[in-house]
Amino acid sequence: MEHQPPPFFNRGPAPLVRLTFFVSLAILLMVLDARFRYAESVRQVVALAAYPIQRVAMAPADLFHAVANYFGGTAALQEENAALKTKQLRVAPELLQLEALKEENNQLRRLLDAQERTPRKSVFAEILYAGRDPFSRKVVIDKGSQSGIQPGQPVIDDVGVIGQVTRVYLLMSEVTLLSDKDQAIPLQVLRNGLRAVAYGGAEGGMLDLRFMAANADIRNGDTLVTSGIDGTYPPGLPVATVARIERDAAYAFAKITLTPTAGTNRYRQVLVLSSEAKAPPPPAEAEEPAQKPPKTKRSRKRE
Amino acid sequence: MELQAQPQRILLPAKVSFIVLTVALALLFNLLPWRNTAGVPDLTAAVLAFWCIHQPRRVGIGVAWTLGLLLDVGNGALLGQHALGYAVLAFLAFAVHRRILWFPLAQQALHLLLLLLSTQLLTLVIRIAAGAGFPGWTYFAGSFICAALWPVLSFLLLLPQRQAEMIDENRPI
Repeated sequence: MEHQPPPFFNRGPAPLVRLTFFVSLAILLMVLDARFRYAESVRQVVALAAYPIQRVAMAPADLFHAVANYFGGTAALQEENAALKTKQLRVAPELLQLEALKEENNQLRRLLDAQERTPRKSVFAEILYAGRDPFSRKVVIDKGSQSGIQPGQPVIDDVGVIGQVTRVYLLMSEVTLLSDKDQAIPLQVLRNGLRAVAYGGAEGGMLDLRFMAANADIRNGDTLVTSGIDGTYPPGLPVATVARIERDAAYAFAKITLTPTAGTNRYRQVLVLSSEAKAPPPPAEAEEPAQKPPKTKRSRKRE
Repeated sequence: MELQAQPQRILLPAKVSFIVLTVALALLFNLLPWRNTAGVPDLTAAVLAFWCIHQPRRVGIGVAWTLGLLLDVGNGALLGQHALGYAVLAFLAFAVHRRILWFPLAQQALHLLLLLLSTQLLTLVIRIAAGAGFPGWTYFAGSFICAALWPVLSFLLLLPQRQAEMIDENRPI
């Protein structure tokens, strides 16, 4: 009979073995997540498990907001009300003209045989919290695939674009802000229609306007709006203003820094726009000669 | 320097429910809406390290890995990043768990600082390899805060084990 150690000394596999096992599992998950996006189903399951904990973690902040609102009192509310009324009066003439202008625009577009702009549907959402990951800039909103949110939809607040939905759970979605390092948005200078692409990742939540020639017609304080050529963002939404331009003769491109118009630091309410612009499919690639029976160099040599 | 042998209290066995409760509270703390505040202490890591040192047979690398996965999803980070960091942290804590309790609390905190910093460094290297930028030196401030909190944490987490089960007037423990 083989000698077994008494069970109270039995501690399972050695720590180093366990560490190796779990580290390789983690590395596998990371590679799947970062390279192939295969880990989404794992993420969905764990997200559902973490959801109650997250909601409980939200409770102190919600309570704080409620108490602050209560004690903020009527004075602040009256002030805000007055400001909103003034703003409404200020924009009223433009709003009244908007309908007429829209109609005129559509008619002109019909005359020119251009595609009409269709209004987009939008979903109202609230920001739950800002992600704690210091390496990326994301916020989590309280609507998910149950409310019809899809990855790729643009998210705006009352003054401009804040970002794009990048990951959708059942009850929540992650919005990557424009200032994230991996986020890019096609823009247009409002003054002269010059097109450009802005990238996030500049210091202090600013955006970079890359690959603009050193003599490009851009001035400090210029407003940039979405150009809409990507088919994701509707055209004409304000995004940023030019904060700083450095033109150095040693480089081919100017270094242009933008201040985002919208900010997630002020309000918690956002709108998720649906991205159902019916862009025509890209033209088919020219017929490749490879369609014919494959004939490699080697086979030709042998002939 | 010669280590002074300090009188050690005989502790009651730790309750599993208490361990679960403290870990859940630390997790809640981590998932509070921090709004990108730099240098927020990673309390889950500290509590995890504490239980790995004090209860190595109950809390180990597997628990650490699962907790890390929960945090990865909760924070929207790269999947497996915290899991890897916490697994390594649990291993390091296990490696020092026999020795560290002989030191006074201040020196235990220094040990913990090294453990937490190496975990954070590992996470940083992984994220930079995956294409992220350097988040600034305040990123490491959380570890220092956690290490400074270690005496408080040790006192609070050992509190239930210090209570005598039968209070005897003639034999106070």
